[in-house]
Amino acid sequence: MTLATFFQHVLNALQWGSFYALIALGYSMVYGVLMLFNFTHGDIFMVGAYIGFFVSSGLVAFASLGIVALPNWLILVLTIILSMFLTSFVGMLVERVGYRPLRGVPRASAAITGLMIGIVLETGNLALLGARRRKFPILIETQGYQLGPVTVTNTKIMIVFLSLLLTLALHQFVRRSKWGMAMRAMAYDFVVVPLRGVPLNTIAALTFGLGSALAAAAGIFFGIAYPVLNPYMGLLIGWKAFVAAILGGRGSILGAALAGFLLGFIEIFVAAVFPSTLRDVIAYSIILLILTFRPHGFFGEPYSAHLRL
Amino acid sequence: MEVRERPPAEAITKNTPLAKVRSQLAQIPLLGWLLGTLLTVVIEQAVGRPLALALGLSNIPGLFGLRIMLTKPALIPSAVAYVLLVYVLPTLVVARLSAPLANRLAQQLLDRFPLWVSLIVHLGLFYATMHLWGDISAYRVLFLKFILISIILTLSLNLVNGYMGEFSCSHPGFMALGAYGASVLTVLLFVNDDVFGTSLLPPALGPFLFPLTLVAGGLLASVGALVVAIPSFRTRGDYLAIISLAFMFIVKSVIENLEIIGGPRGFMNQPKWANLPTVFVWTAICLWMIYNFTRSTIGKAMCAVRDDEIAASAMTVNTRHTKIVTFLFAAFWAGVAGGLFAHVIGYINPGTFGVYKLSEVLAMVYLGGLNSVVGSIAGAAGLQLLMEVLRPLELFKWIVIPVLLIVLMIRRPTGLIAFTEVNIEDLLQPRRVPGKER
Repeated sequence: MTLATFFQHVLNALQWGSFYALIALGYSMVYGVLMLFNFTHGDIFMVGAYIGFFVSSGLVAFASLGIVALPNWLILVLTIILSMFLTSFVGMLVERVGYRPLRGVPRASAAITGLMIGIVLETGNLALLGARRRKFPILIETQGYQLGPVTVTNTKIMIVFLSLLLTLALHQFVRRSKWGMAMRAMAYDFVVVPLRGVPLNTIAALTFGLGSALAAAAGIFFGIAYPVLNPYMGLLIGWKAFVAAILGGRGSILGAALAGFLLGFIEIFVAAVFPSTLRDVIAYSIILLILTFRPHGFFGEPYSAHLRL
Repeated sequence: MEVRERPPAEAITKNTPLAKVRSQLAQIPLLGWLLGTLLTVVIEQAVGRPLALALGLSNIPGLFGLRIMLTKPALIPSAVAYVLLVYVLPTLVVARLSAPLANRLAQQLLDRFPLWVSLIVHLGLFYATMHLWGDISAYRVLFLKFILISIILTLSLNLVNGYMGEFSCSHPGFMALGAYGASVLTVLLFVNDDVFGTSLLPPALGPFLFPLTLVAGGLLASVGALVVAIPSFRTRGDYLAIISLAFMFIVKSVIENLEIIGGPRGFMNQPKWANLPTVFVWTAICLWMIYNFTRSTIGKAMCAVRDDEIAASAMTVNTRHTKIVTFLFAAFWAGVAGGLFAHVIGYINPGTFGVYKLSEVLAMVYLGGLNSVVGSIAGAAGLQLLMEVLRPLELFKWIVIPVLLIVLMIRRPTGLIAFTEVNIEDLLQPRRVPGKER
């Protein structure tokens, strides 16, 4: 592998990892604050991508009417903001339907309802929109820049940059804001903190909503990078991001993002060096090894008795 | 182990009609019910078809007329009439009429012979019922086989997720190992095909050695389970869930990369040796072994590890030994289920053992209820029946089933029958007739 292809792969891995990182953040937040597996999250990513598709198509159609001049970059910004906003409600709905009624019972039951809501979302999408694959509208023309021998495209730069920005924004939100403090407190003690007047339901909804908004962003970025959407797109990527989230360590936002990027790097480089069909075997074997030697993830605390399933 | 107390028949008030019926039914022992269902299926064989035609149905309803009700609403009355006439009425009448005889017989069986004789008699009757019911169509046989395999799979997952309190996601992986292990062995040894060439042993021996290949598949799954069991010494709960999930993906991916066994195209030409009696016997053995396993010392140790690992270890429970034995044992049965599955269908591919299979098995375990053999049977059979009955809905099946499961989980978060067990000895006992002491 020459140095040029190496950097090319690094760039691809950064883009691929940013999808994992953004989705993993949602898993990690729900897992950190509520100690639940949100198995719907991969499908929320899919829903986010579809919402992004409809919002952007709608805006493009609206712009073509010629009433208001909407440049493409503005459409993109509006799409991202609107889709994140709309998808956060999907997340809150999932929490309300599948998770809130099951609080205080064995956590695995909520995992089952999560799985089932995911299947409903996939099939519902298929039933409503049909099996035809949707093509995400191209909002920004892909331009390649030559940095020496390495080709850099503007979309890749934008995706990586925005993903990092969103990750840091979330980190700052959780670190500094009052809501973030409430979330961290909830993660610390699930029983006592609500007694001190922290609204448990609001925090839970906020956690799901924030995670879903990030998944929507990931969905739109995915649509920009690979503009074909299908109802099952969230299945595999969701499970992989879930692995990344847990690998990062319980409740650690930066850990989840880091693990997401790591997973992206592993996958891209394995595919670059070995036959690409071996990607999953090697990627998961590496994860298995990491977890064997660091059983609590990168930044997680050791297991304690009350965190039992 | 908790044993559910059955109220004596006298305790039921005898005022309402419903209570009267219940007190009548309470006199019927399990043996009586089995006799009733057996005669029912005999009746169905004899008069089912003319009766179905007379009621306006085109053929004998496959699954109690449930699918007909979904596809052709106009036929609902006939389907209900058929079910009442052929199944409900004869069962009730025969069971009630034979109750005195059945009670005496059950008592004799328990008094004169050891417990297992009575158990075998009951199982034999049950199998006869099932066999005759399945005789009507190949579809029913396939359906029964799938239910039985699901029961093995669900029970074995319940050992890890229920009794030991882990959240293991690796069961499709174990199943795949068992399925491929057993299939490769049978094809290699007993089948002349173009993958492995001529058979190494005469194909006539196959059906006799088939159980051994299943065991070999199960053992292969057990060896694979070491990958999950050994990390479980140091970690548990969520991180173990990830390890097991990673294991599942690894198995699937490795199989996809092994060209010799077909890679992603799948592996075929397995002889269909897993007929209904074979699957039934394996399910019965699995039930018996797991039922005893959960009541053994190590089963209790398993529950202790679930409740508090540190305390269990302080009370001299060897947690590592417990974990590894449970994992390997559960994986073995998942592997056997996989082997049976492969020899029912005659074709497997790695895509079968993916996240959808995982969702299905997890749903069966948690729907049925943790820590309960009966619960697992109920969950597996219930979900399998639901999936089969709702098949006419096509795509919408995958909306209706999840919604039903969500509602069920919310109504009964711990599953249908959790943490309770039926005492088999209790089940086989004759029922007392009210007002008449033995």
